[in-house]
Amino acid sequence: MTSATAISAESLVKTFGANRALDGVELSARKGRVLGLLGPNGAGKTTAVRILTTLLRPDSGSASVAGHDVLTEPNAVRRSIGLSGQYAAVDENLTGRENLYMVGRLYGMNRPDARKRAGELLDGFQLGEAGDRIAKGYSGGMRRRLDLAGALVARPPVVMLDEPTTGLDPRGRMDTWRLIAELVDDGTTVLLTTQYLEEADALADTIAVIDHGRVIANGTSNELKALVGGERLELVVDEAAEMDTAAEVLAGIGTGTPRVDTQSRRLQVAVNDGSKSLVEAVRWLGESGIEVHDVGLHRPTLDDAFLSLTGKPTEVSGNGATAGAAGSEGLATAESGERGGRQ
Amino acid sequence: MTVVPSSLRDSSVVAWRNLLNIKRNPDWLLSGTVQPIMFVLLFAFVFGGSLGGGRYREFLIAGIFVQTVAFNSSFTVIGLTNDLQKGIVDRFRALPMSRVAVLLGRTSSDLAVSLLSVVIMSLCGLLIGWRLRGDPTDVLTGYLVLLLFSFAMSWVGAFIGLISRTVEVAQSAGLLWLFPVTFISSVFVSAESMPTPLRVFARWNPITVNADALRELFGNPIRVGTPPPSSWPAEHAIPYAVVSSLLIIAVFVPLSVARYRRVASR
Repeated sequence: MTSATAISAESLVKTFGANRALDGVELSARKGRVLGLLGPNGAGKTTAVRILTTLLRPDSGSASVAGHDVLTEPNAVRRSIGLSGQYAAVDENLTGRENLYMVGRLYGMNRPDARKRAGELLDGFQLGEAGDRIAKGYSGGMRRRLDLAGALVARPPVVMLDEPTTGLDPRGRMDTWRLIAELVDDGTTVLLTTQYLEEADALADTIAVIDHGRVIANGTSNELKALVGGERLELVVDEAAEMDTAAEVLAGIGTGTPRVDTQSRRLQVAVNDGSKSLVEAVRWLGESGIEVHDVGLHRPTLDDAFLSLTGKPTEVSGNGATAGAAGSEGLATAESGERGGRQ
Repeated sequence: MTVVPSSLRDSSVVAWRNLLNIKRNPDWLLSGTVQPIMFVLLFAFVFGGSLGGGRYREFLIAGIFVQTVAFNSSFTVIGLTNDLQKGIVDRFRALPMSRVAVLLGRTSSDLAVSLLSVVIMSLCGLLIGWRLRGDPTDVLTGYLVLLLFSFAMSWVGAFIGLISRTVEVAQSAGLLWLFPVTFISSVFVSAESMPTPLRVFARWNPITVNADALRELFGNPIRVGTPPPSSWPAEHAIPYAVVSSLLIIAVFVPLSVARYRRVASR
C-alpha cells in the first residue's frame, strides 16, 4: 500500500459457521476519494465495514486504514475513523447535543472543545434548533443526520458509512448525499456501502460490486455502467404494425440493436446521452406518424448490474430484490431532478 | 496521556451518560427503590411475628441490604444488553476509548443506583424499629463493605450481560441465579438449621458473610433463636466479606473485559 491509499484490504475472509460472509475480499481507496461498496443484503458489505472499523477480526487476510493495520494497531485505526452505522446508534435518551458531546469526550477532547464541536455539528447538520431536545423525538432523517454528525466529531480522515440512506425518504436521501459530497470536498476519504447503484454512481469515485462475500466487479462508475449497459430508452407503441418502423428509428438513435418484445409491443435500446436521445426519439417517431403509448428512460438498477455481472438476478429474497429495484428507480428520478437543477 | 486517567475519564463519561438515561426514565428506578421497601416490610412483618418480632426485624435489615444490592446486579445485565442491542456498544467499540470504560462506567452508575437503594432501605428500616448501634466509624465501614459488595456483584452482572445471546436470556439469567444464592444464606434465617450441603454453601457464601459483617458493624444481632455460628467465615466475617468482594472483582473484571473485546452486537 502506498501513502496515497487510505483504505486497503487484502484477501479478507470471515466465516460465521457454515456461511462464508467474506471470501477473499480485496479493496482499495485512495486518499480523499469515495469507495462505494455495492451489493444486495447479505453480500458481506457490513462484515467488511465491521472488520475495517476494528469491530470484528477477520479469519484471515489483512487490512489497513489511514496507514494503520486493523489487527495490530486497532486504536490508531479508531482514532482515524468515524463510523455511521446501518441503524443510527444514537442514544435516544440524550439530546442531540449531549450525544455529540459524549462522542467528542470519548475521542479524547476536553470539555470546552467537545461542547464547541457539538454546537458546530448541530448547526452544520440543521439540528441546531432540535439540539437540546431528546433524540427519542427525532424523525428518522434527523437521527440519521445526528449519527452521521457523530462520525465526524473528531474530523477523522476516513469515514465509513454503512448504508447511510437505507430507510430514508427521498428528501432525507438527498440531504445525506449533499452532506457526503461536502465531506469529500473537504478531503475526507469515504467508504460507503449501498444497495443502490444510483447512490454509488452519484457519490463514489470507484465502486466495488460485492456478492456472496466476493468482489465481482471493480472500477469507476463509468466503467461499471459500460459493463452493465448504461441507460436504455424504452417505449411501447400503440399498433403492432408500427413496431418495425419504430425499431428502425431506435436503431438510428441507440448504440446497439433494439430489443423488441412483440407481445407487449415494447422496444428497448441502449443509449449514450439519455435525455437528448429521448427528445430525438419522440421527434422521429412523431415525424413517422407512430403513436407512442409510453416512452421513457430506464436507468440500470442493481438488478440489471447483477444480471450483467453474474448472469443471474440478485439472490436476496424475491421481495428484497423487488424492493431494492423499486428504491433504485425512485432514486433515479430524484437524481435526474438534481442534475437538472445543476445545469 | 497515561492509561489510567484516560480510562477513568472515559468511564466517567459513560457513567454520566448512564445516569442521564436513568434521570430521563425514572421508572427504571422502580425495582431499585420499591423492591427493597417491599422486601423490608414483607419479611419484617410476615416472618417477623413468628421468628422473634422486633429482634428479628433488627437481625433482618442487614440481610435485606445485602440481598437488595445483589439483586441490583441485574440492572447491570439489563443496561449492558440494551446498549448491545441498540448498537450503542458498537459505536463505543469503534471509538478510540478505553476498553474497560463501557463496563466500568456501567458498574459505577449502577453503584450510584445501589447507594440510592441503600439510603431508602435504611430510612425504611429506621421506621420499623431497626437501629444503628455500632459506633460511627463501624457504621460507615459497614456501608462501605456493602457498597464494595454491590460493585463486585455488578461485575458478575456485566459478565452475564456480555455472554448472553439475547436480551431475554440475559434478563432471566441475570435474576435467576440470585434466588438460590441469596436464599441459601443467613439473610432470612440462620444457616445452622439447614441440611449439611446447604449449610456448608451458606457458611462460605459471600452473601452470608456480608450480612454477618454488616450486623457486626451496625451492632445488630448476629443470630436470632439459634446459638451464634462457630465456623471460620462467621468468626472472620468482616475481613472475609472484603476479601470475597475483592476476589469477585479480580475474577470478573478481566473476564468481562476480555469478553467485551470480542462481543458481537446483537
